[in-house]
Amino acid sequence: MSTPILEVSNLSKAYGGVQAVQDVSFVLNAGELLALIGPNGAGKTTCFNMLMGQIKPDSGVIRLKGNDITGRPPQRIWRMGVGRTFQITATFTSMTVRENVQMALINHQHASRRWWKPAAATDVAHADALLGRVGMAEQGDRACSVLAYGDLKRVELAVALANDPDLLLMDEPTAGMAPKERIELMQLAADIVSERGIGVLFTEHDMDVVFAHAHRIMVLNRGCLLAEGAPKSVRANAQVREIYLGSTVRAEVE
Amino acid sequence: MGDFIVTLLTGLSSAAALFLVASGLSIIFGVTRIVNFAHGSFYMLGSYIGVTMVTALGSGGIAYWLALLIAAVAVGVIGVAMEVLLLRRVYQAPELFQLIATFGVILVIQDVTLWIWGPEDIVGPRAPGLSGAVTIFGEKLPEYDLVLIAVSPVVLIGLWLLFNRTRWGTLVRAATLDRQMVAALGVNQRWLFTGVLFLGSALAGLGGAIQLPKGGADLLMDFNIIAAAFVVVVVGGMGSIGGAFLAAMLIGLLQTFGIQIFPNSTLILMFLVMAVVLIFRPWGLLGKPESPGHGPVEAPEAPLRPANRKLRIIGSGVLAFLLMLPVAHLLLPSIIGDFTLVLVVEIMIYVLFAAALHFIMGPGGLVSFGHAAFFGGGAYAAALMVKFTDAPMEIAFWVAPIGAALLAILFGWFCVRLTGVYFAMLTLAFAQIAWAIMFQDAPASVAKALGEWFGWTAVEQITAGDDGILGIWPAEWASSRVTYYYLTVGLVVAGLLVLRRILFAPFGYTLRAGRDSPLRAAAIGIDLKQHQWIAFTISGAFAGLAGALFVYSKGSVFPTSMEIARSFDALLMVLLGGVHSLVGPIVGAATFTWLNDIFNELSYWRFLLGATIIALVLLLPNGLVSLGDTSVGRRLGLGPGREALA
Repeated sequence: MSTPILEVSNLSKAYGGVQAVQDVSFVLNAGELLALIGPNGAGKTTCFNMLMGQIKPDSGVIRLKGNDITGRPPQRIWRMGVGRTFQITATFTSMTVRENVQMALINHQHASRRWWKPAAATDVAHADALLGRVGMAEQGDRACSVLAYGDLKRVELAVALANDPDLLLMDEPTAGMAPKERIELMQLAADIVSERGIGVLFTEHDMDVVFAHAHRIMVLNRGCLLAEGAPKSVRANAQVREIYLGSTVRAEVE
Repeated sequence: MGDFIVTLLTGLSSAAALFLVASGLSIIFGVTRIVNFAHGSFYMLGSYIGVTMVTALGSGGIAYWLALLIAAVAVGVIGVAMEVLLLRRVYQAPELFQLIATFGVILVIQDVTLWIWGPEDIVGPRAPGLSGAVTIFGEKLPEYDLVLIAVSPVVLIGLWLLFNRTRWGTLVRAATLDRQMVAALGVNQRWLFTGVLFLGSALAGLGGAIQLPKGGADLLMDFNIIAAAFVVVVVGGMGSIGGAFLAAMLIGLLQTFGIQIFPNSTLILMFLVMAVVLIFRPWGLLGKPESPGHGPVEAPEAPLRPANRKLRIIGSGVLAFLLMLPVAHLLLPSIIGDFTLVLVVEIMIYVLFAAALHFIMGPGGLVSFGHAAFFGGGAYAAALMVKFTDAPMEIAFWVAPIGAALLAILFGWFCVRLTGVYFAMLTLAFAQIAWAIMFQDAPASVAKALGEWFGWTAVEQITAGDDGILGIWPAEWASSRVTYYYLTVGLVVAGLLVLRRILFAPFGYTLRAGRDSPLRAAAIGIDLKQHQWIAFTISGAFAGLAGALFVYSKGSVFPTSMEIARSFDALLMVLLGGVHSLVGPIVGAATFTWLNDIFNELSYWRFLLGATIIALVLLLPNGLVSLGDTSVGRRLGLGPGREALA
């Protein structure tokens, strides 16, 4: 088997006396949808921010396609082929939908220092193709500030795909969306992953979404990796039920 | 020994007023996020009202102290009036827009004070029973200084108790961290803001009143204290009262000892300290990084659109007018005199300067309080080139933007590491340092020292300090008023078009991307600091070009071309015109320069200018370019302005 897309070994991070992430190791392969779940405060977002370079880990190694990226700044990690969407959408509100995607394309080509040719005329076709893929082709000219939240999430997905990433990090991709939109968006992500053979790591609170789409699930609790495996085995794991799902939902899960 | 201790105590006593003013400023900023430039004016009013109250109540015993207290309360009430009548109406405006409102208040208060109390300096009444001096190690120290030394710790403890032991204080601290959350908890923000304005203004008033026996009252107090107060707030850390105390003591001591050790460098010492502190501690001595809490929700800027038909027509019309004006001047010299051409040249120069500042401030989201450094830097670069190498004007016009750009590269390297108000204050500090270097002709001192060392004969003067550099006139071919007019119009219009072009290009978009969402910018590979540094340099270069046009239009350059007032003028122009529009700085600069020119000849012109600014702020909180959005504008067929003129 070839080198995994992402290989995390013994990742740890403490804030003062609190061990936010402790000795977490896992592997993510191409074409795989890996879910990272856990109760609030389990360390999911800290874990994510370390992968993307927003936070430096205290110890541990993160390898992307075999290259050590531990502690590198987010810009560098992005250049190596990692796309990201945020829990609370982060888009450029003073730009149109298309311009948001164009920005990512422009940077992908190292063209952000060009100062003469108008930006709005660059990579239009490519940007529209990406928008088309996420179902936003018609809204390219609208300002990002007036979009509905679900649409913003789609724009973020298009932006995250612009550098042709090998790895996509999605922090709660369906947070704040209506149930129907959630299913559609995750289906879209799953389709894109299988089309392009991208590896996806996502965190999620909605168990329906997780169990319907994840190929593999990791459960984080108080910074430690509690269980890892196929949805079925995680579902059956007594420890996970006890600590994460809680005893009251046992009946529902079964 | 005695000398040292007395200097130390004098320093601590002089820090008292500074601490009171700075703590008030810090409290107001912490809660309302308003940079209150009028705070120095409140300090001045505290002094004047104090004098009047002492005269009315008599200066014996309790009455004296009561008078000072009444002055503080009266200034607090004036602060409340400013909040209720003015600031409350513009909280939703773009960030820092309130700043120009408070600038209007400064101008109004200056003239009102002049009108009520007259132009003469007033000697402060002595405090009862404290007019003597104590002898310490053989040196004399005024008794009143001991009172002042005690005031700062007492106020510090009082504020600490207020903020940590009362419900109101807890709310103020909570609002400093996260305003929206406090509002969501059902706290009436209006009363909180009003209360904070009262407290902060009263502290400034008290500061003005208690320093009366030492400094008296005069009309320059407002500007003299405001820069120092900002330095104290920033060095201490915005929103930190303890930090303000520490910094006030530091600056107070620095100034008293500084006069003895480096008599020529007191102007610059304070800013040097601020620059060093900010470079090593970007949030001040005791400040914390700004929490990502919720600020006011600002309406997002509309996407950039290429000029529409309306803007093209207006633009062509203005250009045609500018090109035809000299023709009209030649045909009808009695109506369109020399003076009109001179005024238009001045307007065009400031238009370019304001557009350069807007480049970094609007799309870049970085507000510079010290952009005159590059305007003046360009002017001096050109003038020095001509003075020492007899370079022709054509060369000087290249040297100015390059010199200003080099200065911007140097300053920018430090500044772009900071954000928000700290960025603004570091640019101000560098601008003041640059100003002081020109004002005190530091290059000549260096040359002299080097000359003595190596045995050269150094030049006597380089920048010539206050005397300025004279005799910088345009080349023969551009020496007529009309030719220089066309040269200015041509260069300014070309400069504006280039700046505009850059903003529509990937570089300008990247700049805006970083302003909109630094998080997303990093997540699509943008090295934001590097782009900001380049943008700062471009902005500096165009400000420098404006400076070159300026020096040749006047024939001379003085340190005033770099002073704080010049930086603030540019800031006002951009904000007045509308920071969220590319046309804003042009409209703002033209309007401001023109108004300044009209009012300049009148007595009480400050009042008129200040009142006009306040009126514009209240009527057009999104800047002059939003005129089309108002009902009057729509009736005139101007609207919708903001989008159309984006």
